[in-house]
Amino acid sequence: MSVELKDGDRPVILRGVRTHFDKVRNVWLLLAPERALKLDDVGRAILDEVDGTRTFGEITAILAEKYDAPVDRISGDARTYLSGLMARCMVEAR
Amino acid sequence: MSALRPNPPMAMLAELTHRCPLACPYCSNPLELERKERELTTDEWKDIFSQAAEMGVLHVHFSGGEPASRRDLEEMVAHARDVGLYTNLITSGIGLNKRRLDALNECGLDHVQLSLQGVDSEMADWVGGYKGGFDRKMQVAEWIGEIGFPLTLNAVMHKKNFDRLDETIAIALDMGARRLEVATVQFHGWAAKNRAALMPTREQAKQARLTVNAARERLEGVLVIDYVPADHHSDYPKPCMGGWASTGINVAPDGAVLPCHAAHTIKSLTFDKAHEKPLKEIWYDSDAFNAFRGFDWMQEPCRSCELKTKDFGGCRCQAMAIAGDAAATDPVCIKSPLHGELVRQAEADAEADADLVYRVMPT
Ligand code: SF4
Ligand code: SF4
Repeated sequence: MSVELKDGDRPVILRGVRTHFDKVRNVWLLLAPERALKLDDVGRAILDEVDGTRTFGEITAILAEKYDAPVDRISGDARTYLSGLMARCMVEAR
Repeated sequence: MSALRPNPPMAMLAELTHRCPLACPYCSNPLELERKERELTTDEWKDIFSQAAEMGVLHVHFSGGEPASRRDLEEMVAHARDVGLYTNLITSGIGLNKRRLDALNECGLDHVQLSLQGVDSEMADWVGGYKGGFDRKMQVAEWIGEIGFPLTLNAVMHKKNFDRLDETIAIALDMGARRLEVATVQFHGWAAKNRAALMPTREQAKQARLTVNAARERLEGVLVIDYVPADHHSDYPKPCMGGWASTGINVAPDGAVLPCHAAHTIKSLTFDKAHEKPLKEIWYDSDAFNAFRGFDWMQEPCRSCELKTKDFGGCRCQAMAIAGDAAATDPVCIKSPLHGELVRQAEADAEADADLVYRVMPT
């Protein structure tokens, strides 16, 4: 199976997966069935733009603009990050 | 015990009830099942969930028995979700209908974990001891799919069904599950009465590993497979619960708070009740929770073993059951003087056969 993410794909955070601020540990988490992944600033910034309607290309353009960084680098980081979540069945590309 | 304060718990297993229409011979509930009259009330449970969220619990697993046997399940799920918990319903599906599932959806239930007793009605109804259970479950799975609940399928694997692992994986895919737990039976609770009926062979355990690995590769991004291997055929123990009282907290139907669902077998420990003492105090300060935290309680060979920080000496309940001492090295470990005997017994049980001994409620 491939977990490829193309520029035209629309990544979606799947139902049952949600971000959560953990007051006790003072961290942002991504909660999923039996899993709690710590979200760093980069991960959170990426997931914040994943709204189920934007394409991956649009997401990286927004991030590049927002953080004033080259789109190539952003796109590389975001692709690695999101395809990692796709492999774990937390995000899907539609 | 070193004065290191333990981390807050990550997850709570809420055993709402021991009642269940099924009678699985490997049920992890204790042999002495609690009756309905002894169960906590709705309000007591709600208070427990509030305390849990407050102290840092993230996931709450509504379990049993069959949690749907409680008519107030929906109300409790809604409350747990309100206080910020990730809510997971662990169910056989029996006792749920479309109306209740819709209500659970309204309440914000995050996830459903459905148990599978067999890959067809003949197998499943026999193992679950409940005629018509398989067809009913398949109907419930369809409703779950219609509503769109994220789904995990949980399959307990043993001698009688290990050879049908491929079909189990196929059913998970058919149901649209995103996660599959392939859990080799653990010989606590009722399963301990069924060793000869359920102990897998070494060959089955080996084959299962290969099947799981191949499926994981083939299904990356489609199905996550969590695999609990057969530890009686291993050389080293599993890091049981990530270490005693380190990550999870269990509440039994009568309110007893335990570090794991088998801990009541350690008779030297006394477990506090959640409706009698603050959960926080039980987690951080009770003797039972502190009994096997850290490393100071260990004996040889664990005490001087470098693997102790990885596996924490294995499972305390298994040490209790086989070595008769909860502080002993888990006899699964090749360094345990009892390892040879454990393997011999596992192999004898794997070769033997016996009728299923079903779980029964007290009359
Ligand atoms: S293991 Fe079987 S008998 Fe035990 S609670 Fe689950 S469905 Fe019921
Ligand atoms: S001796 Fe104890 S710590 Fe070492 S591997 Fe065996 S169980 Fe683990």
